Amino acid sequence: MPAVSKGDGMRGLAVFISDIRNCKSKEAEIKRINKELANIRSKFKGDKALDGYSKKKYVCKLLFIFLLGHDIDFGHMEAVNLLSSNKYTEKQIGYLFISVLVNSNSELIRLINNAIKNDLSSRNPTFMCLALHCIANVGSREMAEAFAGEIPRILVAGDTMDSVKQSAALCLLRLYKASPDLVLMGEWTSRVVHLLNDQHMGVVTAAISLITCLSSKNPDEFKTCVSLAVSRLSRIVSSASTDLQDYTYYFVPAPWLSCKLLRLLQCYPPPEDGAVKGRLVECLETILNKAQEPPKSKKVQHSNAKNAILFEAISLIIHYDSEPNLLVRACNQLGQFLQHRETNLRYLALESMCTLASSEFSHEAVKTHIETVINALKTERDVSVRQRAADLLYAMCDRSNAKQIVAEMLSYLETADYSIREEMVLKVAILAEKYAVDYSWYVDTILNLIRIAGDYVSEEVWYRVIQIVINRDDVQGYAAKTVFEALQAPACHENMVKVGGYILGEFGNLIAGDPRSSPLVQFNLLHSKFHLCSVPTRALLLSAYIKFINLFPETKATIQEVLRSDSQIRNSDVELQQRAVEYLKLSSIASTDVLATVLEEMPPFPERESSILAKLKKKKGPGAVSVELEDGKERGELNGGGDRGGDAAIAASNASTPSPSADLLGLRSTAPASGATPSAGSLLVDVFSEAGPSATSAGVNDDGFLRFVCKNNGVLFENQLLQIGIKSEYRQNLGRMYLFYGNKTSVQFVSFNTTVSCPGELFRSTKTVEPLVEGGAQVQQVINIECLTDFIDAPLLNIKFRYGGALQNISLKLPVTINKFFQPTEMAAADFFQRWKQLSQPQQEAQKIFKASHGMDTEVLKAKLLGLGTALLENVDPNPENYVCAGVIQTKAQQVGCLLRLEPNAQAQMYRLTLRSSKDTVSQRVCDLLAEQF
Amino acid sequence: MHIRLHTLNQSIRFILIQNRAGKTRLAKWYMQFDDDEKQKLIEEVHAVVTVRDAKHTNFVEFRNFKIIYRRYAGLYFCICVDVTDNNLAYLEGIHNFVEVLNEYFHNVCELDLVFNFYKVYTVVDEMFLAGEIRETSQTKVLKQLLMLQSLE
Repeated sequence: MPAVSKGDGMRGLAVFISDIRNCKSKEAEIKRINKELANIRSKFKGDKALDGYSKKKYVCKLLFIFLLGHDIDFGHMEAVNLLSSNKYTEKQIGYLFISVLVNSNSELIRLINNAIKNDLSSRNPTFMCLALHCIANVGSREMAEAFAGEIPRILVAGDTMDSVKQSAALCLLRLYKASPDLVLMGEWTSRVVHLLNDQHMGVVTAAISLITCLSSKNPDEFKTCVSLAVSRLSRIVSSASTDLQDYTYYFVPAPWLSCKLLRLLQCYPPPEDGAVKGRLVECLETILNKAQEPPKSKKVQHSNAKNAILFEAISLIIHYDSEPNLLVRACNQLGQFLQHRETNLRYLALESMCTLASSEFSHEAVKTHIETVINALKTERDVSVRQRAADLLYAMCDRSNAKQIVAEMLSYLETADYSIREEMVLKVAILAEKYAVDYSWYVDTILNLIRIAGDYVSEEVWYRVIQIVINRDDVQGYAAKTVFEALQAPACHENMVKVGGYILGEFGNLIAGDPRSSPLVQFNLLHSKFHLCSVPTRALLLSAYIKFINLFPETKATIQEVLRSDSQIRNSDVELQQRAVEYLKLSSIASTDVLATVLEEMPPFPERESSILAKLKKKKGPGAVSVELEDGKERGELNGGGDRGGDAAIAASNASTPSPSADLLGLRSTAPASGATPSAGSLLVDVFSEAGPSATSAGVNDDGFLRFVCKNNGVLFENQLLQIGIKSEYRQNLGRMYLFYGNKTSVQFVSFNTTVSCPGELFRSTKTVEPLVEGGAQVQQVINIECLTDFIDAPLLNIKFRYGGALQNISLKLPVTINKFFQPTEMAAADFFQRWKQLSQPQQEAQKIFKASHGMDTEVLKAKLLGLGTALLENVDPNPENYVCAGVIQTKAQQVGCLLRLEPNAQAQMYRLTLRSSKDTVSQRVCDLLAEQF
Repeated sequence: MHIRLHTLNQSIRFILIQNRAGKTRLAKWYMQFDDDEKQKLIEEVHAVVTVRDAKHTNFVEFRNFKIIYRRYAGLYFCICVDVTDNNLAYLEGIHNFVEVLNEYFHNVCELDLVFNFYKVYTVVDEMFLAGEIRETSQTKVLKQLLMLQSLE
């Protein structure tokens, strides 16, 4: 076997590296480097032409200097020159330099591409590989433009060497990921798929990555890969451990290739062909059987390789979610791993079981391991393992074991690592709400949470308990009694004071009959905490006090006394002072009737998705929280209903920097939106309309979203700090969106970072933005969008940045709606009605009758319909008051013809909107979107 | 049933070899990062990995990704992959790579990686390309490296 001595080949380089290593200080190192840079510069500039060896040596030194972290601003030309050398070692250094120090200097790119082109056509496999590796490492658009046509040819040509094929496959993958529009597989598809049959396992290993990526984007075109992958897998799995020679790793045949094959199959549903499916099930069974066999080696490499395949097989079984037998076997296998001495295996078993818990076939089997998992939560040394255990408990929780799991999680919280407390709190809160049979248990649990981990109870959690108590009158008395008792503790968390203040302010009357909790006792208890609390909590308490005046007239004098004291009415905090002044005034001049109206009990909150659930999802990223996916229906009991509710208080509850007015739980925004008490609502608006800027919301903001259904440009979002403008253009199933982020302040935003997450039906590519946005500056971001098939969910844009130290977090729905991919279609009346009749099945039609929320001006209506993207057809509908439109929605998967009819009734100020299309989901979606526009 | 989309993503985001003091011995990036970001990632990975003890798992969550790592003497070999990627396959991918380095450099030590940094890149490209596993057979990789070594 080859042995390489230190820096052989380039003595000068070895000497230089030694020198650098011997430098005693950073200064000495910089001095030595500057000396070397001067030397190299003079050599490159010198009259004497350098030979290839020297050039290589100097370029390599420059590279070393760069890798030490110093800037290199010359030598690129010399590196490019090396590319055309005939000597491998010189070429290699040239390519390495180019790959590491990518430079978008256009002139150089042309020269580099030229050299690559020569090497690709050289028929020298070594040179071809170097060139392909360079493309794969750089992957720039210019390179894709130059070589995306050539590389598939090299990949499938009969005379291409195996090693070149391997490189070509992955090189193509890189170009496809970077510039999918430039890589057209079309005619090569079938030959690429057949690389799965290649004799050389290395070629299969490389090609399968390419095939997997292409399959996940174009499953139909590549579906023949399924049977090929199954038979390849079957051959590997059934081979003896020595059959595959070079590809056997610690007695395991081709572990990496097996994993990749199993992963490719996860791009598809179970095979339809019975024989293929049978063979695959056999493979999966064999893999599960092998896990039970005695190991062929004691080395950890052996068991790791074997288990890598096993876990991938289990992923596939979970993905299919259709073979109860395999699911239960997988679960049993993982159950064994839960007690394994290898920490890695315990961790992976917990992780994998989490997904098994969401399958109806294996949920029960997973639940049998509850004691082991609870034990893991208590005893594992590695916090990441404990975290997985907590995740699994959360995933396996259902009505039957909720009380046990919540109790265990609560007791774990007392000693839990700081890093996971907040998430644990959210999980406990969600489980308690979701599986609450009686709400007193729920209230107890949340108050326990605040007691045990008050610092980690975010606003969402305590807002939520208040929401639920307000909405459920059967628990209000219990809640009042319990918070009253909790507040008796000498030291209670400020969050407890907030909940207590709010609940007693609303429902204190329910326990006021008991002399131990008479109105004055309640008030004194609350007020005893007042001076220990922060400004927002004090503000909330002041609101509780004014509510007390209404609930219990006997406390009026005492409370007015408190409000009148200098520490309130002259408080240096403007919000507290204002409240004290206003409440005092309100209590003295308003009649009891007015007071009762203004301070009426809070109306029920509109039900919507739990804000804490949203927060957990955000924390874990989409898909990471498996429970609520399957439990969508169940959630309806507590938080179902439309999401157009007006409880802005809850939407804004992620406020990272509470504004002076956010603490009233959005009293001012909730009341008018609920519409239940219009007079009270308007009064409250008057009282509080002077409030300061609202805090940054991290809840998804979709205010702007519906305004862009019929237009493409405008301001999507604006707050005190940031304005986001949008400009978009669409052509067929492609779109491009320009986002303009404007810093409205004079201070720079740092760590400015945006992420766009797309539903699976859309594909997008985004360029990242600079992390610094200067005060007053505007930065631009381009998002390319491809519509793969029709969709409902819009992409989410998340923006994070720091402004003066505070982290700002904004989530917006990007206004990408299905109608953006309309192509207008002109047609005559006869055609229109003929097609209209063809689309007469009930599910093809969607209809809505709704009240006009804007004026019914003809020109405005027309502009909106045109903005929708359809063609507005004149003289088609016999009634000239009606509008009819036609268009085709272009998605990658299919085209959906769509007809529309809008019938205004000016007298009744109503519309009837009817949509017909060849696809039910499209009719419904377009109808829903458009109904919001008039 | 869902069609998984993770495969659209690149598997390996970067490979890092660092010593205990945090000096980088190899950094191979499969995603576009600017130089500052690279430096930050290098520091973060070092901070995350070096505090873990031998009883801990070889996996650690890292931003939206995870790091699969293994320690060999004073060197940490780290691979950053997608959270849905196969942990054990990459863990053994590291070991396979280390065994190749060990053969190629005859009992590899940290200094071999320093003085022959430009050759280490060649070894990486033979085994990992475009963020994917390219070749897993040690025999094949070493044969190819021997052949390249013999070229001028």
